[in-house]
Amino acid sequence: MNPRRKKRLLITSLLVTGLAVSIALVLYALQQNIDLFYTPSEIIKGKNETGVKPEIGQRLRIGGMVVPNTVKRDPSNLKVSFDLIDNGGESVTVFFNGILPDLFREGQGIVAQGELINATQINAFEVLAKHDEEYMPPEVSDALKGLDHLKINSNK
Amino acid sequence: MLAEMGQFALAIACMLAFLQTVYPFYGIYTRQQSAIESAKILTVLQFLFVLLSFLILSYLFLINDFTVAYIATNSNSALPWYYRLSAVWGAHEGSLLLWVFLLSFWSAAVALLSKRLPIESVARVLAVLGLLSLGFYLFVLLTSNPFSRTLPYFPVDGRDLNPLLQDIGLIIHPPMLYMGYVGFSVAFAFAIAALLEGRLDSAWAKWSRPWTMAAWIFLTLGISLGSWWAYSELGWGGWWFWDPVENASLMPWIAGTALIHSLAVSEKRGVFKSWTVLLAISAFSLSLLGTFLVRSGVLVSVHAFASDPARGLFILGFLILVIGGSLLLYAVQASKVKSRGRFELFSRESMLLTNNILLIAALIVVLLGTLLPLVHKEIGLGSISIGEPFFNRIFSVLIVPFSLFLGVGPLVRWKRQSLSELSKPLGSLLILSVVLTVLFLVSFASHFTWLALLGIFLGFWMLCTNCYELYLRATHRFSLLKGLIKLSNSHWAMSLGHAGFAVLVIGITMTQNYSIERDVKLAIGESIAFEHYDFHFDGLQSVQGANYTGNMGIFSVRKDNHLIATLKAEKRIYTVQRMPMTEAAIDAGFTRDLYIAMGEVLPDGAWAVRIYYKPFIRWIWFGPLLMALAGVLMILDRRYRTKPLQERF
Repeated sequence: MNPRRKKRLLITSLLVTGLAVSIALVLYALQQNIDLFYTPSEIIKGKNETGVKPEIGQRLRIGGMVVPNTVKRDPSNLKVSFDLIDNGGESVTVFFNGILPDLFREGQGIVAQGELINATQINAFEVLAKHDEEYMPPEVSDALKGLDHLKINSNK
Repeated sequence: MLAEMGQFALAIACMLAFLQTVYPFYGIYTRQQSAIESAKILTVLQFLFVLLSFLILSYLFLINDFTVAYIATNSNSALPWYYRLSAVWGAHEGSLLLWVFLLSFWSAAVALLSKRLPIESVARVLAVLGLLSLGFYLFVLLTSNPFSRTLPYFPVDGRDLNPLLQDIGLIIHPPMLYMGYVGFSVAFAFAIAALLEGRLDSAWAKWSRPWTMAAWIFLTLGISLGSWWAYSELGWGGWWFWDPVENASLMPWIAGTALIHSLAVSEKRGVFKSWTVLLAISAFSLSLLGTFLVRSGVLVSVHAFASDPARGLFILGFLILVIGGSLLLYAVQASKVKSRGRFELFSRESMLLTNNILLIAALIVVLLGTLLPLVHKEIGLGSISIGEPFFNRIFSVLIVPFSLFLGVGPLVRWKRQSLSELSKPLGSLLILSVVLTVLFLVSFASHFTWLALLGIFLGFWMLCTNCYELYLRATHRFSLLKGLIKLSNSHWAMSLGHAGFAVLVIGITMTQNYSIERDVKLAIGESIAFEHYDFHFDGLQSVQGANYTGNMGIFSVRKDNHLIATLKAEKRIYTVQRMPMTEAAIDAGFTRDLYIAMGEVLPDGAWAVRIYYKPFIRWIWFGPLLMALAGVLMILDRRYRTKPLQERF
């Protein structure tokens, strides 16, 4: 091979290797870090679109309304638990150890990110509440549509 | 009445923008000198009218005219006057007015500052800018008019500005960021004008370089201000969240960084020219994409505003028109651009090419991570979110070759460099950086991690090679001191910019690896100790602000029984919107920050308190500040001021 072709081959193979490595890396990182969104009913009955239930141990995001009078605190530390409900009528329990966001209130829509520990319980590592009066994540507002008609023991 | 005048001024500015687009092109095609020359006057006039409109809106905010709907929803008579002014760009309508105002500001700057450029070329650039302005004027006037009235039933008082935005950082963050976003329109217009004319030479690169750099400086400052604001105001103590809207600002920044490097090559060596044009188009297109993502409400984000489908559709259409049109033009015209000049595999050119490839890879990763959730949802697979770990992992890989090459690049000659000549000094520099890294970690790190070792090494590698390069260049012809004085501004700019990046990398590494974050339950009189610091909860006071009430927790921090700081963290309730807000208390330092934020009061009267120890976090903002300063130095280089330009661009 003449030196010029050799150089071109070198450059091309470097580029191809680089590209392959980066694609592999991106896909690997993506696979581990995609968190699907579920509503409480979808956790219990399976996703609306596909009917697939989440597996125990899976990382996921969940959005729903905090059921009034279900927020329980551990008196000696920051552990807290509460139930979430959506317009499908099912509810799940979320456990969290940390500081709840400023706008966390009973009867409000929130999103939590965490791991499913059994069929109806989630261990959250992050809890987000909507951050002003007008803003609510669309998926949560969809999940809560018509919730007022459901009979929940609300103190409203 | 005044509000109507504001709207009227805006409509006139819109008409002027239309003329500014049509007239110069008409002049160029019919060879009428007067029509070509009108471009500058029309641009300045357009700027004056939008300025008038902007001033009127600001004045209406100052006098609390709640008959204007936008003011009624975003201001309040109890709001201090400076927040009333910053509320002008506190929400959708006003921030778009700011956008179009800045766009015409940049256009006017081009019109007034490019006296040495041939008039026909300036006219083309201004016409392209006029077309962009026209699009945005129509957007403001048709879908988001900040001057619409609430009459006849106007409210007695306004609904107040979102408390999160009531902060000094938020007064300057949006204008800075927009200056950057919109500033890329100048580079874009230069590129499009050059494509239309079918002539791209190094004079073109030379002319668009200072403008691009100016935009990049503002964007750099804007993004770091936003990061600093998030850190001090949101009460989570994070400095970057990979939130879609942050990503939307990072993408044009990465493209802009690639662009300023590629422009340097095009100017000095006359190669990469069509690539540079593509980057100029991309940088501005990404700014537009960012606007679309933020303003259309398609993204779930901290920054999302109430969405209106008509607005989203309009921007999407505009986006397709601008990006599609410019890429089409590029496809037709770029083949005419010939790059002269050859270079070897190991040369400054290929170093800069590597820089560009890595930056584009980073850009694609951010783009993918930002848009994938949208695509996933639209094709019916359900909502997903892509977490921080995805971006962090990929960036911590990409940064390694990027930093290594950044160190070597400036040492390499243009065209051709022999490897053997550089291998010895590079070896010594490598050993020096390793030694410095170990010394640094021994003094500042509490434990060992591989990632920290790598990050700090990369930082010192860039600093060491940078100093060596300065030394080489300075002693090339003169003694060290004299040589350093004789170095050109743009050379200092490169050194300073790269040093800023090294500082940033060191800051990120230390903060990410050695931060300590504790959420604890503390009652008054209790204390907690970690990392040699003792935090004591002294007491609670109530506070009363102009438009809020709240509690202030007082904490004293001791180290070895020495009082280091008294921190006062607040929990406020903004009375109008009934919205609670956390005001963190921060003891800032060169090597560490101590951070306290009040959580909630617990049933037994104790407080949930967030206490952070953040080593070297200031470096994260100090680095970009150095980079911005470097940009200023570059613009001030003699090259861009004295030499009159003979050739056309």
